[in-house]
Amino acid sequence: MSTYQYIIRRLLYAIPILIGVTLLIFLLFNVVAGDPTLVLLGKYATAQQMAELRHELGLDKPLLMQYLDTLKSTFTLDFGRSWASKQQIAPMIRMGGMVSLTLALPAFVIASLLAIAIGLLAAFFRGTLLDRSLVVLSIILMSISVLAYILFGQWVFAYQLGWFEISGYEYGFPDFIPYIILPAIIWIVLSIGPDMRFYRTVMLDEVYQDYVRTARAKGLSYRIILFKHVLKNAMIPIITNLVIQLPTLILGTLLIENFFGIPGLGSITLQAINNSDFPVIKAMTILSSMLYILFNILIDVLYTWVDPRMKLQ
Amino acid sequence: MRQLFRKKLTVTALAIAGIYLLTALLAHFGLIAGSWSAEVGGSYEAPSWQHWMGTDIFGRSVGAKIIKGTQVAMSVGFVVSLIAILVGVTLGALAGYFGGLVDEFVVWLYSTVASVPNIMLLIALTLIMGKGILSVYMALGMTNWVELCRLIRGEVKRHRDREYVQAAAAIGATHWRKLSQHILPNVLHIVIIRFSLIFQAAIKSEVILSYLGLGVQDSPSWGVMIDDAKVELTRGIWWQLTFATLAMFLVVLAFNILSDALRDALDPKLKGK
Repeated sequence: MSTYQYIIRRLLYAIPILIGVTLLIFLLFNVVAGDPTLVLLGKYATAQQMAELRHELGLDKPLLMQYLDTLKSTFTLDFGRSWASKQQIAPMIRMGGMVSLTLALPAFVIASLLAIAIGLLAAFFRGTLLDRSLVVLSIILMSISVLAYILFGQWVFAYQLGWFEISGYEYGFPDFIPYIILPAIIWIVLSIGPDMRFYRTVMLDEVYQDYVRTARAKGLSYRIILFKHVLKNAMIPIITNLVIQLPTLILGTLLIENFFGIPGLGSITLQAINNSDFPVIKAMTILSSMLYILFNILIDVLYTWVDPRMKLQ
Repeated sequence: MRQLFRKKLTVTALAIAGIYLLTALLAHFGLIAGSWSAEVGGSYEAPSWQHWMGTDIFGRSVGAKIIKGTQVAMSVGFVVSLIAILVGVTLGALAGYFGGLVDEFVVWLYSTVASVPNIMLLIALTLIMGKGILSVYMALGMTNWVELCRLIRGEVKRHRDREYVQAAAAIGATHWRKLSQHILPNVLHIVIIRFSLIFQAAIKSEVILSYLGLGVQDSPSWGVMIDDAKVELTRGIWWQLTFATLAMFLVVLAFNILSDALRDALDPKLKGK
């Protein structure tokens, strides 16, 4: 089977999942959720106003039609307008996505490189004091609340010491750089705990393989074994872990963006939550699920490229 | 020496978890921190000998609120892992055991839920079910069963055709008996390991939900206390944030250590990783 055929087949397999996602979102927002007009109009709304708004939002149609609307918007990527700001949602998300990426991409690259390096280091010195301290450190880092990092980081480094901007954002390179340094550092600290643990485990899986013993027996140094053999063989889990994080980069981090006033997708989502702006939340949920599914397919395709032994099935 | 160190660490973690549990139970029955809402001093008094964790905006003792928050956190941890285990094990066992259409449906279901980013699903669920502790339980329970279900399905599938199950079938055991008496005890270790992982994940998520305003209402929780701190810090009021963070840190750390120890003990294949 050629790669193209394989990709097309995987895309077809993704359709039931995508339908499942839209069904889930639809059930939650159009069936289970109460009447949104009550929230939108406030408590002094008349029945007449509510009925008019319901009609305007298309909520008086039969449920099946409403579901087909949701499904249609999923495949056309046209999510209509926000209830709160009346803006078109698609351009809103495009703008926000770019902003989120300016923060997420550098943070992700640095954090991943650091975590892989530390993982290798820990695997190299496995069982020693250094390795154990790194493991303990990663557990400690993972046990602290996200909010504590953000609050203390912002307070100490931006407010007390004044090293960084407290919050805000400016569009365009390189104007945004001062605003993203501290959020990026917090991002890195947040993700390095679980990541370094993961990469260490991955490397350790390989270190005990027979080929390592063989390489060792023929007299190769540990450094060469680690960098030339182990790292290459550990590529599959490493790539999986990297690619699977990509959708979340575009989605941005809700909390970090919100705290530092960065107008990315995270902030847009949070605003939508506060305004009960269902179309925006629906759009964000569907879009991020689609990205997740797409990147999963990408991972499978990448596998065959990294490891030719894997058959396309 | 290393074994001993690990054992000591595990025992300490267990002791910490026990103390938290005890605190939560005592608070639940009103034996301690029953009067957390009482005014015991001025607004925002710094930690002193009298109130060694300081007071909050209404002059309530931060210490008492931490204890009351322990009750919330532990209940969130327990109820959420219970829901997740119930859903995950049931669906996973059915899918792995029966295969066929049931399996395809369950795989479709968890693939669907797994494709929606956790935080978005959490937000959607709490937004729709309304605020309060019940929807926190449900939302976190409904987002945490997927991984467990996947693991249980795989493991049950492996065990389904083993000789001991065939032997049970030969003496006339029903499906239910084969599953509950023979297969499930053999996959229980996965449940125990996941339990401690879900427990601490739930405590951490509760804080985020509280920050989003979707969390626990009218009872102090660590999340609400940490959330309060975003206006307090600029005025130099650090104690509420510090002690709530510390309280959470300790219990999450303890559960992290416990889950590592449990994995080493119950799943020796993964030892030391």
